[in-house]
Amino acid sequence: MRLTALFVAALFWLAPSPSLAQEAAAIVAENRDQIEKPSRQTIGPVIAALAASGDTMADDILSAWADKRLVIRKADDALLIAGPDGDGFILRNLDGSEAGAAEKADLTELKPNAGVRGLIAAALVQFTLSDPDPMRRGAALTSIARDPQPETLDALRASIPSETDPALKTQKERLGRFLTLRFDPDPSARVAAIESLGADTSLDTRAALNPLVATTRIATAGEPAGNIARPLSLGRDLTQAEAYALLVAADLAPARLTLEEQRAVLVANIVNGAVGGIPVDELNTQAARDRAYTALEAAGTVPTAATDDEAKAALAAHRFFDAYVETDPSVTAAALAALTSIDRKVGLMQAADLGLDALSLAAIYFLAAIGLAITFGVMGVINMAHGEFITIGAYTGFVVQQLVPDYTLSILIALPLAFAVTFAAGVAMERLVIRHLYKRPLETLLATFGISIALQQILKNVFGTQARPLTAPGWLDGALEFNDVVSISYIRIAIFVLALLFLCFFLYLMKRTRLGLEVRAVTQNPAMAASMGINPDRINMLTFGLGSGIAGIAGVAIGLYAKVTSEMGADYIVQSFMTVVVGGVGNVWGTLAGATMIGSLQKVIEFLNPSNTLAAQTYMILFIILFIQFRPRGIIALRGRAAGD
Amino acid sequence: MATTSSVPKYPTGGAGGVKPPASYGNRSFFARNPSALIFIACLAVFTLVVTLASEAYGGGFLSTSFVKTLGKTLCLSLVALAMDLIWGYAGILSLGHMAFFALGGYMIGMWLMYARTEEIVVTALSQGGLPATPEEVTQGIANQIFGVVGSSDLPAIWSFAYSLPLQLSLALAVPGLLALVFGWLAFRSRVTGVYLSILTQAMTLALALYLFQNDSGLRGNNGLSGLQNLPGLGQTSQDLVSIWFFWASALALGLGYLTLAWVVSGKFGSVIRAIRDDEARVRFLGYPVEVYKLFLFTLTALIAALAGVLYYPQAGIINPAELAPIASIYLAVWVAIGGRGRLYGAVIGAAFVSLLSSLFTSGRLPDIRLGPLPLNWVDWWLVILGLAFVAVTLFAPKGIGGLFDRFLRIATPDRKGAPLGPDDGSLQEQEAQQ
Repeated sequence: MRLTALFVAALFWLAPSPSLAQEAAAIVAENRDQIEKPSRQTIGPVIAALAASGDTMADDILSAWADKRLVIRKADDALLIAGPDGDGFILRNLDGSEAGAAEKADLTELKPNAGVRGLIAAALVQFTLSDPDPMRRGAALTSIARDPQPETLDALRASIPSETDPALKTQKERLGRFLTLRFDPDPSARVAAIESLGADTSLDTRAALNPLVATTRIATAGEPAGNIARPLSLGRDLTQAEAYALLVAADLAPARLTLEEQRAVLVANIVNGAVGGIPVDELNTQAARDRAYTALEAAGTVPTAATDDEAKAALAAHRFFDAYVETDPSVTAAALAALTSIDRKVGLMQAADLGLDALSLAAIYFLAAIGLAITFGVMGVINMAHGEFITIGAYTGFVVQQLVPDYTLSILIALPLAFAVTFAAGVAMERLVIRHLYKRPLETLLATFGISIALQQILKNVFGTQARPLTAPGWLDGALEFNDVVSISYIRIAIFVLALLFLCFFLYLMKRTRLGLEVRAVTQNPAMAASMGINPDRINMLTFGLGSGIAGIAGVAIGLYAKVTSEMGADYIVQSFMTVVVGGVGNVWGTLAGATMIGSLQKVIEFLNPSNTLAAQTYMILFIILFIQFRPRGIIALRGRAAGD
Repeated sequence: MATTSSVPKYPTGGAGGVKPPASYGNRSFFARNPSALIFIACLAVFTLVVTLASEAYGGGFLSTSFVKTLGKTLCLSLVALAMDLIWGYAGILSLGHMAFFALGGYMIGMWLMYARTEEIVVTALSQGGLPATPEEVTQGIANQIFGVVGSSDLPAIWSFAYSLPLQLSLALAVPGLLALVFGWLAFRSRVTGVYLSILTQAMTLALALYLFQNDSGLRGNNGLSGLQNLPGLGQTSQDLVSIWFFWASALALGLGYLTLAWVVSGKFGSVIRAIRDDEARVRFLGYPVEVYKLFLFTLTALIAALAGVLYYPQAGIINPAELAPIASIYLAVWVAIGGRGRLYGAVIGAAFVSLLSSLFTSGRLPDIRLGPLPLNWVDWWLVILGLAFVAVTLFAPKGIGGLFDRFLRIATPDRKGAPLGPDDGSLQEQEAQQ
C-alpha cells in the first residue's frame, strides 16, 4: 500500500507537465547519491521520475541498474552503462554515447537489493509492454495482472494501438479493462469497463470485480456517510459483542471490562476479606461481582468501565452498516450487477463440475461393487472378504511396479495379473469354505469375515502399515479442463472408461455366452440345471472366481488415485454392499443405478457441507437406511420367480 | 447372589426319581435351567477368588490392571449374552450391538469427564482469591474438555452431563431409543437375514464416522479420556476402585444372565426360537413377529449399553474406533466360538477369546522361530483368530459349547434326515433333551 502511495505521489508530482520532462541522464545526475545507495523506502520517486521522463534511454538505464550493469568508473567517478565483452566491458554514457571499454577491476558495480530491483522491474513494465519481443510483452502482461498498479494503466493503454500480435492485443485490452474498472479516475469509464466484461466467468474477472464490492463494517450515531451497502441489524447480522467491539474501535464507547479483568481488579482490591464492602465468600455470582465493582468505582479506587446497561444504551444509540470501500455508488452497482450475472453462470458450471465429480465417484463405486454384483447379486453369496480382494489387486499392481519400472507397461501387466491372482484366491476360497455354506448365508457372512480379518492382517504383515504408492503412467497425469470451473482429471476419466468396459463385459458375459447362460440357470434352479448336464459346482466356482477377479482389477484402478494400504478395501466394503442392495440385488443395471445414486448423493452432500466429508458419509448412510424403507428391494427390483423368497 | 430358596420342587432326572409332570411350567425356574444355577455358582466362586487374590482385599496375587482386565471381560461377556439372545435365539445377526455398547460408554463418560473436570476447575479457580461463579466454572470446563478440538463452548448434548442420574438414564435412553427407531424401521420393512446384518453394519459405520468429526460434540477422534478417575474419589486408590467395578460387573453379568435365561425359558423364548427357525410360519400362526423382534432388539441394546456403562470406567478411555464395524464383528466371533443359542456359550466365548486376545496382543509372549521367519504373536494373532473362526464355522458350528453336549452325551436330535433348521449351530440344549 505504501509503495502504491509513493508511486501515485510521484506521478502526481511529475505527470502534469510532460513538456518539463528531463533527460534521464539529468535525473540520474540529480539523484546520484540515492542511486548509488538506494533504499527501498525512498528510491520510489527517483525511479518513477526516470520512468516518466519520456527519454528512451530511461529503459536502458533502469534495466542496466536492475541487472547490476550500472557501474562507476573508478578513474573519473562517472556513472556508466556496462555491457559484457569477453573478459571486459564495453561502456556507454547515460545518454547512449560510446564511452570506451574497461576491465572489471576498473569498475565498481551498483548492486541494488531485491526490494529496489522489484521497484525497478515494476517501472520497467511500461517499456517492456512495447518491447519488440512478444515473449517479453507477454511476461510483462502477466506481471501486471498479478499485481495491478494504477500507474501502469496509462502505459498499458498507450501500448495497445501499436500492438501487432492479435492474441497479445486481446490480452492487453482485457487487462486494460481490469485496470480501468479499478483505477480510472472517471467513474463512467469504470462503469463502461465493467459492463463491457459481460458475464465472463474466468477467475481473473472475478478477482478484478470482487475488490470493488468489498465492504467494511462501520458504526455511526447519525446518518451514515459514504457508499452504504446495507444496514446491519443487531442479533441477526452481527452479535452484540461484535457490535460493541465496533463501537470501541471507532472510539464511540468506552471499552468493557472482560470477566478476567474484572476478576483481577477485584482480587487486587480485597480489603479485610471483602471487596467494596461485600465479603469475598459472597462473590460467587456475576451479579455480586458487578455490585462489588460498582462499589469500587463509587469509591474511586478503580476506573469506570461500561456496565451492561451502559453497553446496551450505547448499542441502542448507534446504527451499524456495511459500507463499500469503493466510494462511487454507480461503480459498485455496476460491479454488483456484473457479479450477479457471473455468479449465475458460475453456479451452472459448478453444477456441471459437480455432475462430473459425481459421475467419476459413481464409476469408482461401480467398479468396487461390480464384483459383488456377481458374487452377491447373482449367486447370493455374501463375501465380506471382497474388500480384501480389492486390496490384493492393488498390491499386485504395486509389486508389478517394483519389478517393471515403465509405468504404462506395468499397468498393462498388472491388470490381467491382478485378475489372475484374485481369480485364483476366489476359486480357492469358494472350494475350501463357501461351497460348504451355500445353505447358510449368515454363516457365509461370518466365515468370510474371518477370512477378511486374516487376509487383512497377512497383507499388513507382508507390506507393512504405511501407504504404498501405485503410480499412474505419465499420460494419465493432469486434468481435462473445460474452463476455470469445470475440470476432470484424466485418471478419473480412465476409471470411468474402465467401469463402462466392465459394464459391457458383464452384460455380454451374462446374456451372450454359454457361461452366462449356465450361471443364470444354476442361479435359478441348481437341481434342474444339473439334470440338464450343467455342473453346478464348476459354474459356482467359475462365477465366484470371476467376481473376485473383477475386484482385483478394480483394486488396481482404485489404487491409481488412492493410496494402497491394507485397509483400503475395507473402506469400500460397506459402500459396495450398499450399492448392490440399493440398486437391487441380481441386476447389473441396478448396481449401476445404485452406484450413480450413492456417488451423486455423496458429492451433493459434500458440496453443501464442503468442510466435512465424514459428515457426508454419515448422512449418506442414513439416507440409504431410510431409502431401503421405501424400496426394500432396491431401485430395480426383480419380480416374479427370479425374486426368490 | 444365587438364592438358596429356589430349591427344585421335583428332582430332575436321576435313576428311579419321580418323573416331572408333563407340563413343565410348574417346575421352578432353576429346575428348568440347571445351567443358570451352575453359572451363577461359578460366577460367585470366581468373584470370591478374584476378591481374595486382589491387591485391595486379599493376597495381592492379581495385579490391579489384571483385575481391571477381568472386570472388563465380565462386561464383554454381558454384551456377548445380549448378542447371543438376538443372534443365537432369534436368528438376527446384528452387527451393531457394539455401537450400543459404546454409546452407553460415551454417555457415562460424559458425566465422568464433566464431573472430574469440574472438580479440577473449581479447585484451580478458587486459588485465584475469589470463589468461582457458575459461569466461570462452566466456561472453564468447556475450555478444558474442548480445547483439543479448538472449541470453547459446551455443546447442547452436554446439558445433562452435570448430573449422574440424568446422564445414567441417558446412557440407557439414547441407545435404547436408537435401537427402537432403527429396529422399527428395519423390521417393519421386513429387512431380514444378511440384509439386516449389512444394514446394522451401515448404522454402526455411520455412527462411528459421525463421532469421528471434531464438531460432533464428543471430541472427535480424541474421544473421552481419564474415565478411570471417579469424581469425588480422587484419594481412593485404583486398587479399590478396580475391585468395586469388578463386583459391579459380576453382579450385572449375574443378573443379566438370570434375566435372559428367564426370558428365553418361557413362552417368549419359544416364540423367538420359532421366529429364528421359520419366521413366515410364526407370522401365519398369528404372532406379531415384528413386535417380538423389536422388543428383543431394544432389550439387547439396553443390556449392551449397560455393559458399556460398566466397561468404560474400567478401560479409562473411549474413542470412535470403539464402535467401528469390526468391533461388532468380533462380538459375533466370540459368540460363535463360544457356541450360540446357549447363554453360557456366549459368556465362555467372550471370556475365552477376549482374554486370549489381550494375552496375544500384549507383546509379552516370546516370538517363535519357524525356520528363517520369526513368528510374532502380535502380528499373527489376528490371522490365527480369523482362520480359527473360519474353522469353527465350518467344522464346529456349536462352538466350545458343543464340547459340553458331547460331555453330557446330549445328542443332536434325529429328524430322520430333515434339516435342523437354517442354523444348526444354534441348536437349543432343551430341544435336544426332549
